[in-house]
Order: sequence, then structure tokens, then C-alpha cells
Amino acid sequence: MRGSNRFLAAAVLVVIAALALAHTVQNEYFFFAGYVVLQFVVLATAWNILGGYAGYVNFGSGAFFAVGAYTAVALIKALDAPLIVQVIAAFVLSGLLGFGVGALTLRLRGIFFSIATVAVAVICETAVINWRFVGGSRGLAILQPAAPLWFESYTRFLFVVMALIAIFSVALARYIQVSWIGRGLRAIRDDEDAAECAGVPTLKLKLAAATLSGALMGVAGAPFPLYMSFIEPTSVFSLNYAVSALAMPIIGGTSSWAGPVIGAVLLASVQQIVTVTISSELNVLVVGVLLVAFVVAAPQGILGLAERLVRTRGVARAALGAQGGGIGDRS
Amino acid sequence: MTPELLIEAVVAGILLGSFYAAVSIGLSIAFGLLDVPHIAHPAFLVLGAYGAYLLGQHGLDPLLAGAALTPLFFLGGVGVYRFYHAAFERHGTDKGLRGLAFFFGVAFIVEVGLIRVFGVDQRMVEAPYIGKSLALGSMRLPLRMLVPFAVALALTIALSLYLSRTFAGRAIKAVAQDQTALALMGADPVRVKQWAFGIATATCAVAGALLIILGPVDPGLGRLYIGRTFCVAVLAGLGSLPGTLAAGLILGIAESVVLTSFGASWAPAVAFGILLLVLAVRPAGLFGR
Repeated sequence: MRGSNRFLAAAVLVVIAALALAHTVQNEYFFFAGYVVLQFVVLATAWNILGGYAGYVNFGSGAFFAVGAYTAVALIKALDAPLIVQVIAAFVLSGLLGFGVGALTLRLRGIFFSIATVAVAVICETAVINWRFVGGSRGLAILQPAAPLWFESYTRFLFVVMALIAIFSVALARYIQVSWIGRGLRAIRDDEDAAECAGVPTLKLKLAAATLSGALMGVAGAPFPLYMSFIEPTSVFSLNYAVSALAMPIIGGTSSWAGPVIGAVLLASVQQIVTVTISSELNVLVVGVLLVAFVVAAPQGILGLAERLVRTRGVARAALGAQGGGIGDRS
Repeated sequence: MTPELLIEAVVAGILLGSFYAAVSIGLSIAFGLLDVPHIAHPAFLVLGAYGAYLLGQHGLDPLLAGAALTPLFFLGGVGVYRFYHAAFERHGTDKGLRGLAFFFGVAFIVEVGLIRVFGVDQRMVEAPYIGKSLALGSMRLPLRMLVPFAVALALTIALSLYLSRTFAGRAIKAVAQDQTALALMGADPVRVKQWAFGIATATCAVAGALLIILGPVDPGLGRLYIGRTFCVAVLAGLGSLPGTLAAGLILGIAESVVLTSFGASWAPAVAFGILLLVLAVRPAGLFGR
């Protein structure tokens, strides 16, 4: 419980900080970059619910992101719906897609599940390319509405919105992790058959994890059309999202909610810096190389490395302490 | 659709299908027989295509270029497998997730590397048989499809024979069946597997050359072929090489018929659609063990 209170306090602090930044920082680019970093926090956290906790590797994150983005586009075009409606609709629709993907786990495990998610992504992309209403393969320009009250620009407003979404996602992931759901998912990851035999409702848990994971990825994509003022299939379905959504939790550490957050903040910030200072192709390469390096050398991610560091220090200190204490006692 | 059009689509599908078998045969070995989650196979394929393109710049025929690159690809494959084995297989823990992420990362690095070296533009090769076609009655069969068809067929049959008739080939099949038993017979499973993975990668050099003969290639093409190659390998029944040929033909005909009746933009979804269907209905495939 004390941990939960501390988490709540930290969450409130982040919201206040985001609001304060939106009113103090002058440089508009800060919000462009900050939005992307927060968006990746959401994507990585969402991926980790299914991939990290339950061990089902999703290669199709781009599809969920795109379903969220295109739901928003369709709503803007058809009804001129406000952002909150777009976000909720994206949550529901990509959640449904997530449920469908979760149903695949009925029969598919390991690599078969992962390939199926690639399949889902390509089928979604083909459908969108052939869907004229939302622009098809040529894309569609979208007008940003006027900035809401208290905000200097719409991008600043979206930055705060994405901060709220990120906090919501992380809180949800944290709740799942510490509750019985997380225990069940971990049991599935370690040995699905054993978990089933021990009475873990594996199918129900997998469906719940897949649905929530998909829904959050969709929410991450919902404000994207307004943020970019333009949408077209290749950039939204880009492999970049799929790789990043998977690389960030693995680099940060998949065992806890903090891993994806660390990985996303670190990697997305590095990407933004590399894009500005060197080149945008190099920044994708950085993600790939780091992913392979971590998978090979540090499978527990940054969290695992930190834990090991603390433990060895702790052991060393304990050993020293025991020695010192022993000498002291005798005298 | 008129019957003539349908027949034409089916014939084109058969030509395309045996090509699909050739690009998937390496995966059938690596994934089907060795259980390596080789998501990077299509990326190696595109790498092979670019290799043929590079040698083609110096006037070498793409097919010869592909053949010339096989030893290099073989060694590369042996290296990749040794690394994979040392990093993941030996310890055995959590192999699934990490192995997948590893190959996914490798595929991504290959793609981005190709973009950095060659740019995102499409590349193609020149050869005397590209652009000409053979007239068969009222039907025209372009040679750029006939040549891959013939080479693919030869490659698939040769590899099937190799696996079923030769000592080394049987050893590969044995390691797929029961690794421990093979070790007890005095053979080193890791050496057999690295040999097999080398062959699987070497096919990428030849199949990559076929890929660039068939049409222009760009670095992102590998992603489309994730669907096609895995569709063929899974539909075939993992590790079955005759099955690979049959599955390639099924995919080729299905894609070609969809192409002529619904248009080109729907064709990429066919492979994934079949793949999902097979995974849902019969994960063991047509000729599953």
C-alpha cells in the first residue's frame, strides 16, 4: 500500500511537471520531441503487458498504433469528433483487435503467435491502403484545431494529453503486475501447461492481457493524426513502431513496469537527439543494434543490470560489515 | 473472370509458386528442421538480391552472381548459427522470446544497413533473358518468370534429394528428429546443425538472385516475404521439402488469381491470410510430421 501511495504521488508530480513545462518552456521543438518520447512510453508499456509479463511476443505493434490513429481520422472526417471521443474509440477498437489477437493464442505459441501478429499488421495495412475514405495510400491532411484555453499551441496541449495517457498506461501496467493477474501471467510465461494444471485461468488472463495491451497501443496512436496534421499508411505502419515497442521494454527490462518506462525514455530521447544531430536513418539503426546487444549480453535489461550492481555491492558491504562486526564483538 | 484469364492466372501462379518454394526452402530447413526462429531469413534473401545486383554492376549474370555468392552466404550462415547457439541455445533459458527478438533485431539491422548503403530506391539487374517472353499459343510467358521457375524447381528438387539420399542430409533430418539420439550415435548435433544452417543461408544467395531477376528490389521487401516464406514453410508442414514445393505452388496460384481478379494492392494480404488460416485450422501443415 505504501508503494501505491508513493506511485500516486509520483504520478501527480509528473502531471504537474508536464503542465508547468507546457507553460514555461519557450522552445516549441521541446514539445514535439517530448510528445514522441511519451508516446513511446505508452507503446512500450503496452507491449510489455503481453510480451514481458505473459511472454507472447507481438511484432505487430504498428497495426494497433495505426488502428488507433485511423479510428481518430475516421471520426474526425465523419463526425468532427473531439479528441476525447477519438481516444476512447481508439481504446475500444484496438482493444477489440487485441482481443482477436488474444484469441489466436488459443492455438498459437512462441514464434507462431509472433508471425500471426505480423500477418495481422500486413492485413490491416492492406485494408487501410484500399480504404479511400481515410486517404488510402496517398494519405490525408488534417487541420489542427485552435489551441484550447490556457495553452499556447495545440502541440503543447497534445503533449499534456500524452503525459496523462502515459501515466494512465503505466498505472494500469503496474496494477496488473502487482495484482493476481500479473502473477497468473508470469506463471503462463514460465510454463503455460503447468499454470493451466495449477488452476490458473490461462485463456481468460491471456485475453485480458492482449486486449489491454492492444487498447493502450491504440490510444498511443489516437492523437497522432492531429499531432502530425497528416496521415499516410507507410509512416503509421512503419516497422519502426514494432521494433521500438519491443526493443524498449527488452532494453529497460521486461519484468517490471519500470523497465519499459526506463527503456522508452532513454531510447526515445537518444533517438530524438541522434535524429537532430546526425541522421534519422542512424537513429533506427541504434535501436536495432541496442536490441541485439541487450538480448545477447543483458537479457534482464537495464533493470537487471542495476539489480545485479546493487546486489554485488550489498553482498560486499554485508561481507565487510560481518567481518567488522565480528572483530568488534570479540574485543 | 473468363476461363482464358483464369488459365493464364493459374499458369503465372505456377511459375510464381515454384519461385516462392525456392525463397522458402532455406526457412523450411532453418525453422522447420532446426527449430531456429529465423525471422531474419527474408532479410538475408534481400541481402542476396543486393549481392547479385552488386556483382551485376560488374557485368556478371545475376544467376552466376548468386551461385558465386553461395560460399560466402554459407560461411555467414555458419557464423550466425554458432553465435545464436552460443548466446541462446546452450543455456536454454527463455530461448523463445530472446531468440525471436534477436533475429528480429538482425533483420532490422540488415534492412536499415541496406537503406544506408543503397538508399530506398528500387534496384534491378540486366540480363539477356529479362524483358523477352515465350509465346505459347495465345499466352505469353515472360522469361524473367520462366528462368526463376526452372532454377527454383532445380534447387528444390536438388535439396530434397540431398536431404533424403546423402549421409549428411540424413544426419540433418536425424538432428531434427532426435538430437540426443544423434549425440549418442557419436555425431555432434551442433556441427550438423551449423552445416544445415549454412546450407539454409546459402540458398538465400541463389533465391535472392531469382528475386531480383523477377522484379525490382528495395530494402523493405523483406517484410513482405516474412509472410510469404513463413506461409509456405508452415503450410508445407515444418521441414518437409516436397511439401515446400506444393505449398509454394498453392500460394503462387492463390496470389496470382487474387491479383487478376481484385487488383495488385490486395496481393500482399493473400500470404498472410492463408498463413492465419493454416495456423488456426491445421498448424501441422499439409505434410506435417
